[in-house]
Amino acid sequence: MTDNHTTPLLSLRHLSISLPKGADRALAVEDVSYDVYRGEILCVVGESGSGKSMAANAVMGLLPKGVRASGGEALFDGQDLLKLSEKQHRTLRGLRIGMIFQEPMTALNPLMRVGDQIAEVFEAHGRLNGRERQKKALALLTEVGIPQPDKAIRAYPFQLSGGQRQRVMIAMALALEPELLIADEPTTALDVTTQAQILELIRDLQRRRGMAVMFITHDFGVVAEVANRVCVMRHGQIVELGKAQEVLKHPRHDYTRALIEAIPSNVIPEARGAETDTALLEVVGLNKVFRSKGGLFKAAREVHALQDVSFSLVKGETIGIVGESGSGKSTLGRCVVRLERPDSGTLKLSGTDFMNLQGEALRRERHRVQMIFQDPYASLNPRHRVGYAIAQGPMASGISKAQAFAKAKELLALVGLGGTDDRYPHEFSGGQRQRIGIARALAMEPELIVADEAVSALDVSIQAQILELLEELKQKLSLSLLFITHDLRVAAQICDRIIVMQHGRIVEQGSAREVFLAPQEAYTRELLDAIPGRDQELANA
Amino acid sequence: MLYVRLILMRLLKAVVVLFMIIIFNFFLIQMAPGDPAAILAGEAGATDEAFLRQLRERFGLDQPLYVQLWRYVSGIAMLDFGYSYRQGVPVFDLIMARMPATLLLTGTAFVLSLAMGIFAGSLAAARAKKPSGSLIMALALLFYATPLFWVALMSVVLFSVYLDLLPAYGMYTVGAGHTGLALVLDVAKHLILPATTLALFFMAIYTRMTRASMLEASQQDYVKTARAKGLKNSVIQRRHILRNALLPIITLAGLQAGQMVGGAILTETVFAWPGIGRLMYEALQQRDYNLLLGIFFFSAALVIVFNIITDLVYRLADPRIKEGS
Amino acid sequence: MSFFARFAQNRGALIGLIILLAIIVMAILAPLVFPESPWRMVQRPFLPPMEVDGFPLGTDTMGRNVAAGLMHGAWVSLLIGLVSTLVALLIGVPLGAVAGYYGGLIDDALMRFTEFFQTIPNFALAIVLVAIMQPSVTSIVLAIALVSWPPVARLVRAEFMSLRNREYVEAARLVGQTNRTIIIRQILPNTLSPIIVLASLMVATAILLESALSFLGLGDPNVMSWGYMIGAARTVIRQAWWLSFFPGVAILLTVLALNLVGEGLDDALNPKLARERS
Repeated sequence: MTDNHTTPLLSLRHLSISLPKGADRALAVEDVSYDVYRGEILCVVGESGSGKSMAANAVMGLLPKGVRASGGEALFDGQDLLKLSEKQHRTLRGLRIGMIFQEPMTALNPLMRVGDQIAEVFEAHGRLNGRERQKKALALLTEVGIPQPDKAIRAYPFQLSGGQRQRVMIAMALALEPELLIADEPTTALDVTTQAQILELIRDLQRRRGMAVMFITHDFGVVAEVANRVCVMRHGQIVELGKAQEVLKHPRHDYTRALIEAIPSNVIPEARGAETDTALLEVVGLNKVFRSKGGLFKAAREVHALQDVSFSLVKGETIGIVGESGSGKSTLGRCVVRLERPDSGTLKLSGTDFMNLQGEALRRERHRVQMIFQDPYASLNPRHRVGYAIAQGPMASGISKAQAFAKAKELLALVGLGGTDDRYPHEFSGGQRQRIGIARALAMEPELIVADEAVSALDVSIQAQILELLEELKQKLSLSLLFITHDLRVAAQICDRIIVMQHGRIVEQGSAREVFLAPQEAYTRELLDAIPGRDQELANA
Repeated sequence: MLYVRLILMRLLKAVVVLFMIIIFNFFLIQMAPGDPAAILAGEAGATDEAFLRQLRERFGLDQPLYVQLWRYVSGIAMLDFGYSYRQGVPVFDLIMARMPATLLLTGTAFVLSLAMGIFAGSLAAARAKKPSGSLIMALALLFYATPLFWVALMSVVLFSVYLDLLPAYGMYTVGAGHTGLALVLDVAKHLILPATTLALFFMAIYTRMTRASMLEASQQDYVKTARAKGLKNSVIQRRHILRNALLPIITLAGLQAGQMVGGAILTETVFAWPGIGRLMYEALQQRDYNLLLGIFFFSAALVIVFNIITDLVYRLADPRIKEGS
Repeated sequence: MSFFARFAQNRGALIGLIILLAIIVMAILAPLVFPESPWRMVQRPFLPPMEVDGFPLGTDTMGRNVAAGLMHGAWVSLLIGLVSTLVALLIGVPLGAVAGYYGGLIDDALMRFTEFFQTIPNFALAIVLVAIMQPSVTSIVLAIALVSWPPVARLVRAEFMSLRNREYVEAARLVGQTNRTIIIRQILPNTLSPIIVLASLMVATAILLESALSFLGLGDPNVMSWGYMIGAARTVIRQAWWLSFFPGVAILLTVLALNLVGEGLDDALNPKLARERS
């Protein structure tokens, strides 16, 4: 791994970082010590609110306003970073310590050409002249594997994809060959296949340059993929610190074990089938095209979100729709609940035509299909008490107010939130809000529930709880579910059958076990291979 | 090529808007209480029955409404805005004679308020937490709340009456007969008070907007990226924050152009600046409605010109629009 | 933290509120302190301030009491500011709501209409409207409302556009709520705070507009207003600057106070999103 184990490049000693007054706790990071050595990748893992990014920000001198390092030291090559003036710190940033961030879409200046933004790094540290900077930028873009680097250098960020922008970020961070690279959730916002490529790139560059990398992530799959050593954090403290292999195979702490177990990919789907064969949802040859309005100046653009999509779902079955962003999986879900109207094809629900309903007729039939949404923060009206939020639906379909509210109370109890009907959404956590969203969908006694990325916005441990709840409700109420997700691992855990989509078409469909263990199509295999840490965990199981 | 089409498109839109204003004007005359002929006559000859009859015939006021509308619209299409019976001159000639003065005043105030507003606003943003930043914002709020015409009057009292530094009325020194450079300097001297008082209110708006926009831009991820590169704070402020913050200000400046033309009416009235604003005041005093509506039409046209200019500037500043995504 | 506590954290807002209350008291007390018409000639003209008891601000060119005019003018300014803003809201809110919620062709048509009104220089439009309808409180209120609704429509439209695809609105659609219920129950309550803040600033702008109209001689000839007082004293500014000065200060303070209150409302009604999420 490294030949320089004795003197760490970066050494955090009893570091504490205090939050501004009025925050939910006093310290973001409390008495944390860990080292990063040259030539290794250290993964700092934790769920949201664990304080995993804070130490990195302190090292960069980029702590948010009001947050400050209140104790301990951060030694970089023997020098305490916490004691540096802003000016001294600035000369280190970009030169000896580089950093990449989570959101490639917003991390680049939208008004500057990519090449100029890379050249700026040299300018900031007074290196090279104008032409040499551009030449170097081109070389860097080539190194990070951007297609057509000679064109990309003159492009604006909006002309690049998310993965390409993240490559630009990496090129920028590595421009001056820093000794330490800090990567703060660099792949979280990317599709799995892109994520696999970026992880590969980071690992490759790290080996070639012998850099130290501090890699911050919430995903143990990513840890298994890239880490030499791992540091698990929770509530601002270190829970476990050790070699990646050891921690992954023999976690000592309960919390670490829970996190690793919460990764759904440890489950190999059981063979199961639906109990009935009454077709509930029949979809045949569904098409949907989105047209951006053209004007005199821009040509109208067409996106084929759904092309000839056919499948059927029998009563009591759970089907997973899996795909990357832009695959059309969400559009399919929105067509099924009729938030969108398909252009052509057939969409039948228990034999009745659900596609051509309009206006008042549609409104009266809507209760038959309900949806669970992705963002627990946007799915509840902040001004309505949750009891009312759930009761609204039944009331709209003519049930008396008293009955509707009684039902709401019952359902809240069913999803594990009994007695909370007079509270407002902001009093609940993300996971709890998702439970309320489930209760709201159940209140309509729908024949089919569409769950659109229903657990994607949640921490893994919460994800597991919500999936468990869904599983339990499925048994109790014999629900039929259409489960839309980008995460094959989640789909494998809860679905009977899986449909894989790409570019608006169905690539493969089959029982979950078949698709997971013996994928027929190249794209499905690619998706499966891209899941970080997959080989590792399958070997474990 | 794109620009030619863009400008053509905007001009087409402008024609539609101006056409709507013409129709609007026409119905205003119809809606007004009393005899339209009397209104057209500017109540000048309202008592002279023969004159009114002559007017009715001339404008076809005895014809059905749609014929009248057609005559009105086709007249304006040929730049015939009617006749100012008060001044004995065609409305179009009156307005054209006054247009240059208004263009000079509003143009100067526009540039002045933008430049000073952006400067003050970025200063206030950079010193958001310091007393100097708060002072700038307090001043901006004060100017924002001050009636334009009152500032104009008070500045006359202070700078002309008491300090005797600057001329208070008109555009030239009457009877001085300046030519060449002397004339330019003379006009510039007369321009200072009206342009500054007109600019003050708008400067306040741009200052507030620039500060808010810069503070928002400084929260963006790309600013953190820039800091991670090790760039100096001043470079980050200028190249990353200000440049992005300017986009909404350009949009705002376009929207404010209409207000600026409206403000010119007050400023020109106070300073006896011989532009269309002053002309509007005179028309009001004399109840010369035909002239009033003509000026209204041209002030809208002026706003459209300002709008087209800001639109073009925006497209230059934002690559996302230029390369058509 | 209570609403008022958040409001009072902004010291400027508190000062604004106090000034505003003082002006409201002034407007209410006007008929009691000066029961006579402010138009009546009560002393010799051009009486400077503080010279004769009962005339703290002197008299104008016609021997009218400036202090009386100032207090009666407060009533007119506040009334016109408030009523014209309400009328503008009545036009702008439904228009913006419908455009933003339904989108498509309805939105296009309504927005073209709004754009048209925004292109017209609004002060010039107000002048033309008042001049042709003949100056009166009603025509002034209508003219000000007609030129000030477009920003309301745009704001409400933007809010509706961003909220109409919010997941809780889609959920409401899915359980079968009608469009009307969704607009009124789900979306409108969530747009109220920016509307209230905008409205307080609009009252201020309306007062400025009213004063500018009366300054040009387009005020209601039956009511005393600050703008009229400044306009009437304009020609004698060299001899009696105070005649223009005091009404101007009154306008300035009122508009300033309303702006400060607006900022305070903004702070109190829109606590940072971050707080809600933490």
